[in-house]
Amino acid sequence: MSAPSHVHGSGDEADAVDVAVTATEGRSDADNRSLRQIAWRRLRRDKVAMVSGTVVVLLILAALLAPLLVKWFGHPPTQFNQDLIDPSARVPYADPDDPAAGVDRWGGISSDHLLGLEPVTGRDLFSRILYGAQISLLVAFLATLVCVALGTVLGIIAGYMGGWVDTLISRAMDIFLAFPLMLFAIALVGVIPDGVLGLTGNGLRIGVIVFIIGFFNWPYIARIVRGQTLALREREFVEAARSLGAGNRHILVKEILPNLVTPIIVYSTLLIPTNILFEAALSFLGVGINPPTPSWGKMLSEAVPFYQTAPYFIVFPGLAIFITVLAFNLFGDGLRDAFDPKTSD
Amino acid sequence: MRNRTLGFVALGAAASLFLSACGGSATGGGPADADTEFDQGSDSIVNPSEQSGGTLRYAIDGDFDSTDPANTYYAFNWNFSRYYARTLMAFNPEPGENATDLVTDMAAEMPEPNDDFTQWTVKIQEGLKYEDGSEITSEDIKYGIARANFNGGIFSEGPQYFAAHLDQDGDYNVYDHDDPLEGFDAIETPDEHTLVFNLKDSFSEFPNVLTQPQTAPVPVDADRGELYQQTVVSSGPYKFDGEYEPGVKLHLDRNEHWDPETDPIREALPDRIEVEIGVSQDEVDERLASGELDVDLRGSGVGPATKTRLLSDESARPFVDNPYSGALRYVNIHTPVIEDVACRQAIMYAADRDSMWRAWGGDDGGDIATNLLPPLIPGADPESDLYPSQDNKGDLDAAQAKLEECGEEDGFSTTIAVRAESERDVLTAESLQESLGRVGIDVSIEQFPQADFFGQYAGSQDYVRDNGIGLSVSGWGPDWPTGYGFASKITHGDAIMETGNFNTSELDDPEVNGMWDEALLTEDPDERAEMYADIDTLVLENAAIMPVVFDKSTFYRPADLTNVYYHPAYMMYDFMALGVDRDE
Repeated sequence: MSAPSHVHGSGDEADAVDVAVTATEGRSDADNRSLRQIAWRRLRRDKVAMVSGTVVVLLILAALLAPLLVKWFGHPPTQFNQDLIDPSARVPYADPDDPAAGVDRWGGISSDHLLGLEPVTGRDLFSRILYGAQISLLVAFLATLVCVALGTVLGIIAGYMGGWVDTLISRAMDIFLAFPLMLFAIALVGVIPDGVLGLTGNGLRIGVIVFIIGFFNWPYIARIVRGQTLALREREFVEAARSLGAGNRHILVKEILPNLVTPIIVYSTLLIPTNILFEAALSFLGVGINPPTPSWGKMLSEAVPFYQTAPYFIVFPGLAIFITVLAFNLFGDGLRDAFDPKTSD
Repeated sequence: MRNRTLGFVALGAAASLFLSACGGSATGGGPADADTEFDQGSDSIVNPSEQSGGTLRYAIDGDFDSTDPANTYYAFNWNFSRYYARTLMAFNPEPGENATDLVTDMAAEMPEPNDDFTQWTVKIQEGLKYEDGSEITSEDIKYGIARANFNGGIFSEGPQYFAAHLDQDGDYNVYDHDDPLEGFDAIETPDEHTLVFNLKDSFSEFPNVLTQPQTAPVPVDADRGELYQQTVVSSGPYKFDGEYEPGVKLHLDRNEHWDPETDPIREALPDRIEVEIGVSQDEVDERLASGELDVDLRGSGVGPATKTRLLSDESARPFVDNPYSGALRYVNIHTPVIEDVACRQAIMYAADRDSMWRAWGGDDGGDIATNLLPPLIPGADPESDLYPSQDNKGDLDAAQAKLEECGEEDGFSTTIAVRAESERDVLTAESLQESLGRVGIDVSIEQFPQADFFGQYAGSQDYVRDNGIGLSVSGWGPDWPTGYGFASKITHGDAIMETGNFNTSELDDPEVNGMWDEALLTEDPDERAEMYADIDTLVLENAAIMPVVFDKSTFYRPADLTNVYYHPAYMMYDFMALGVDRDE
């Protein structure tokens, strides 16, 4: 499990953004904004990016408003409805009032249960998928934040300081990238005791997963930031600031960092879907969030024994993951293209 | 013993592709015996036959723990090793109620105890022979037992009943002595056909231990320690063909020196036995259905995907058996964490057993359990129910009353520990969480890796106390089919361990302990069975264990397999009876 391949070893894209930065360098805030405006205009013209962007916004809204939506359209995500489930086949009845009528081919989909019912427990699949979005997005966003924070700070220091500091941080990146992340995550979730840092239960689980993903994926961001910084620190506006007596901190924060915002945003967007998949994989393997909190990966693993008798149960959570990951990826691609000056206007 | 194998089944739930679209088993090459019925093999012999010959083909997902009879704790291996390793005693080779009775194998008559059951005398038959034609003596059996439990730790798999009960220094090591049995006095051999066992304590169920493969004879000269498993010297109807490849295959040929006249428990119908090792469960299931295999050696039933398909396919059902697996699925209520018995009883009343039964698999997964001892164990009374409720949905009023009695009118919070890999355990916990929530008992679920579940988490006294783990989902099968063989390890106060604790509820009730000890001083099995029934009731009154389901397995029985029946002592088909009826 690692970042998407186009971030890893991304000579091409890194160059592209590098050019974007070059074009931005030393300009005033007003010019900067105009580049953003150009990018925004490009983005609006990119249909794929706009659609996927809308999907992303809708997904975030759905996750945030899950309690409301469930109140209107569904049932509490942990509420059992076993009276609707055939105890022998373990899937929903076609007609709960008439058990002899057999089981429902469509998994109990009705106006009451929009996506049908989970086998065995009869929990409402619609609300479980909505609540599952909360976990997936929360973990992905937090983990990405950690990646970005660590990656930016370490990348910028490595690129700007150079010398042994650069060597040290770069080797550290290599080591972190070589780490068998999934295995490590599985082991770590098992051994971290309850109550660490005052966290218990799901808070602890989320904390651990965020920590693992964030702590081991930062080099992807750091490499890009370092490359940019290497180029930027030789530029005239940095030289100028330095000759005017600006300290390192001023140069890093005020001169270089603003020029890194764009590539960081682009690559974080591309890191989010990777992190969503990572969380789903952990949940699938049983080391994610504790039940009964819904999680897409967990739903997938629970669906495996039913793939012949209740295929809908594997389809819906699978679709949820698919759509989310695809939307973030396409949107990220669109963002990158929009900021890329090589793209013709 | 089955505790170890049970977890393995759950692992099989991982992604699988059952490609075969075969409808039913009539493609099995043999006579399509449409006369058989669903579940017929659970309590009667299917396709009875005396026809000998042919090759009986086994395959297994995984491997033998060891082919050395001294070093195995898997039920299937206790069953299978009888092909080449005779034991002192055996279980009655017939289906149904009497299957758990003890009969003799190498023994000439039933073991004779002294007055307080601390000394047992066993006479063995004359004329028993190894595969090379040499005579089996009592000394060989003594050596087999000694090396199994007193070996300096080189055999780690097998049970330790002899080490626990024989009046012998536990540090004794047969491999440390030039004369390996010098000073090993706990077993005496006054003549070539007599064994006298001296025990530390009274143990009326000792003959059950003598059914275990560790009582197989081993010639001192042939023993090569851990390597002996590659060339076990046969005392049974079959012997290794000399080409055993561990992890790949094991083939057995007839042992000409085995005398059927001396052996009441083995039919020995096939001419040859073949085992393929390391075949995935789904492939085993598929090849069973297509007639390329005869028996699934693991004996824990078909995989989850195949199971769903078989049970819903009308044409396949006549070839499917759905017997008890012998195991009880239950929830431990940890007495050191939920100290007040009334609070524990509130949990018993509030639990929705119907919901947990559905979580465990519904109709084909097993029966709702309201008592401790599984149905096929003498003394078990599946009708008894101390916490009855309408449709088994839980009695909330009674639960509320119990909560008030223990001073927690508004309920309380606790944590349930569950094995992450076992999907059905997790579902059981979710179901319990939901039903206890109805009376304000707020349960949070914590998942732990199966491999360390008892070593570090639910079975660790410190972890349970430090983290307030009040409940844990568990499963247990008997080492031998009596109340003692099933439940003493999970309810006797003496069985409580610091870690690796299988008496996970830490029930240490003087009355229960006293009855266990008294049972070991009682000779009559029927009398013991009554005592076990009383213990069952006491444990439930203490609300230390909440029975959930008496587990059932799903076996596929090919049409050309003969003499097929389920044996409750091994919780699978009796391998010794099986034959094949087909043209080869």
